[in-house]
Amino acid sequence: MAELNLAQAVNGALGMALDNDERVVLLGEDIGRTGGVFRITDGLRDRFGENRVFDTPVAESGIVGAAFGMAVAGMRPVAEIQFLGFSYPAYDQVVNHVARIRNRTNHRFGAPMVIRIPFGGGIGAAEHHSESTEVIYAHIPGLKVVVPSTPRDARGLLLAAIEDPDPVIFLEPIRLYRAVKEDIPDIYYTVGIGPVRVERQGEDITLISWGAMMKETRAAAGVLEEDDVSVEVIDVRTLSPLDREGIVASVQKTGRAVIVHEAPLTAGFGAEIAATISEQALYSLQAPVRRVTGWDTVFPLKRSEAHYLPSVDRIVSAARATLED
Amino acid sequence: MSSRRSGLGRGLEALIPTNLDATSGLPTRQNQANGEDQMFGLINPEGTVRDRLPVTLEEMKALYADMVEARVYDTKSIAMQRQGRLATYAPFHGQEAAQIGAAAALREDDWVAATYRDAALNWRAGYPWELLILGRTGDERGGQVPEGVNILPPSITVGGHMIHAVGLAWAEKLSGTDRIALTSFGDGATSEGDFHEAMNFAAVYQTPTVFFCQNNGYAISYPISEQTRSESIAIKADAYGMPGVRVDGNDVVAVLVAVREAASLARSGGGPSLIEAVTYRMGPHTTADDPTRYRDESEGAEWEAKDPLTRVRNLLERQGAWTQDWQDELETQASETIEKAVEWAEAVPEPTFEEMINRVFAEPTPPLLDHWEEGRKHGV
Repeated sequence: MAELNLAQAVNGALGMALDNDERVVLLGEDIGRTGGVFRITDGLRDRFGENRVFDTPVAESGIVGAAFGMAVAGMRPVAEIQFLGFSYPAYDQVVNHVARIRNRTNHRFGAPMVIRIPFGGGIGAAEHHSESTEVIYAHIPGLKVVVPSTPRDARGLLLAAIEDPDPVIFLEPIRLYRAVKEDIPDIYYTVGIGPVRVERQGEDITLISWGAMMKETRAAAGVLEEDDVSVEVIDVRTLSPLDREGIVASVQKTGRAVIVHEAPLTAGFGAEIAATISEQALYSLQAPVRRVTGWDTVFPLKRSEAHYLPSVDRIVSAARATLED
Repeated sequence: MSSRRSGLGRGLEALIPTNLDATSGLPTRQNQANGEDQMFGLINPEGTVRDRLPVTLEEMKALYADMVEARVYDTKSIAMQRQGRLATYAPFHGQEAAQIGAAAALREDDWVAATYRDAALNWRAGYPWELLILGRTGDERGGQVPEGVNILPPSITVGGHMIHAVGLAWAEKLSGTDRIALTSFGDGATSEGDFHEAMNFAAVYQTPTVFFCQNNGYAISYPISEQTRSESIAIKADAYGMPGVRVDGNDVVAVLVAVREAASLARSGGGPSLIEAVTYRMGPHTTADDPTRYRDESEGAEWEAKDPLTRVRNLLERQGAWTQDWQDELETQASETIEKAVEWAEAVPEPTFEEMINRVFAEPTPPLLDHWEEGRKHGV
């Protein structure tokens, strides 16, 4: 066991993947010499050489398109895009090529590749550096979208993503990179893509979240527990394919649900989860499903960030209202 | 500048005009972009040769036979689209030499990433007619090329596939093979940002990639003279630090030689190059297009005189190697081949709902299995 933060867990996973499978290569902007803007690939070029860890020109479409070609030719590329807000130039490659090659060739070719993208706000970054637009990837057939919130899951899910025969968008919550440490096995292990993780068992209400907002959601659960509310907390951790069964089972038990996400409300992924609950667990519900989300505003700059990010207080209030309904 | 181009082979260098050199008394930009001057060619439109041809007579006849077969496919495809048997079609009539010549320069196991107008190129590189036709009946299984054929399905979006040939070639280089990747695209694609990223990545990592541009004069309706202020497409290679060659795209041997040199350069670790094959799309952009709205008919007549098949036929005839009987035999055989391929494609059982669900991922995910259950209940 080793006490690691999420950044270290990812770094370790990448090193293990490079060690374990010679088909694995890393490519991205500044990932070699400097170890990436968040130092997630720190030391890997020194360890594995410049023919495994590639610094690339500043060209997101090129990075993803080249990684796609490598994947089709049998390699296992792991591409890094610096921020989710910088991934849009590569969106055409992702949607029109990466996500579809298996369908277009009826399995003759696949794209076993991972696109790692730091995402989310809370660190007072410049414009475009704080986006939570995970839903634009979750909407695309042929992609898997994974969002770890703990060091243990980050390592296991990333190694599973690299082993996966299909493309995986791997979203890393910037705010959690160095926020918490956890004792995790310092070995190669995988965590299955798909199933939600019930982080905390409870009877009265289900709080559902993913990524960085797990931090506030956990804190809110703690506040509610002090009032003797038994809270179940679910970390969705895979947005696509969504583990509807896991979510529905929890809500059928508690009868109440609050969904928390950092992305704007409208057409956010919370809507998909709320719709699933209404389709499959409506008769278990004792109160309407509530969503606590970012506002339908442009993600603000540093001085307004606190106005935007869903707070522990908002989550607790929504949960209390749900419990009182 | 010429030193970089000298990598294309000694014999070839003398034949390639130095059209990257602004002081060499080149034709004006307009002439370079539109005309056939200042480009590498071996066979004149009337079938005389400018230089010794580096192919045997038998090879020449085989190239001709391939071009005939491709033209028969093209003609039949248009007819079948009109009969409603095949989906919208993008004809390549006029571009047979460019496509057959380029594909003939490749090794069987090389990678190809081409476009919706490249049926002849894909076929000559190993993509069976049957599957090309199956794809055009509206069936994803047309993209399932046989094992050992390393050809991606025709790219439908413009330009996104060029970078794939960089990644494919990069993987081969890293794996230590001498396999290369060729990407074929049109003049229109060179305006896409992806062209820049692909060219730059290929040059930066010295991937064994051949960029093969068929400059057929138009991006649907937009003429090349308006698409760029560059003197040619080939000249753009210079900015990326790779060789760029302008070749007569209606001269099958010139294309073969140029692509062969580029492929050999790539295979031996010399990195990527760009070949601009200057040609003309005799037909419409697709069967849904009306070129009389943007092109003068006289232009077509001018290019008809430079037809890629006619010039080889004239050349062969002059050598006593072409007869009308042989021509008829080639056309009949090609016609039968294509008919059989169409019959095969039309006899392929209808794709099932299950197949649609099953080919999104290697294994269907739980949400897809839910769809499967739901669809089955409703007889999908």
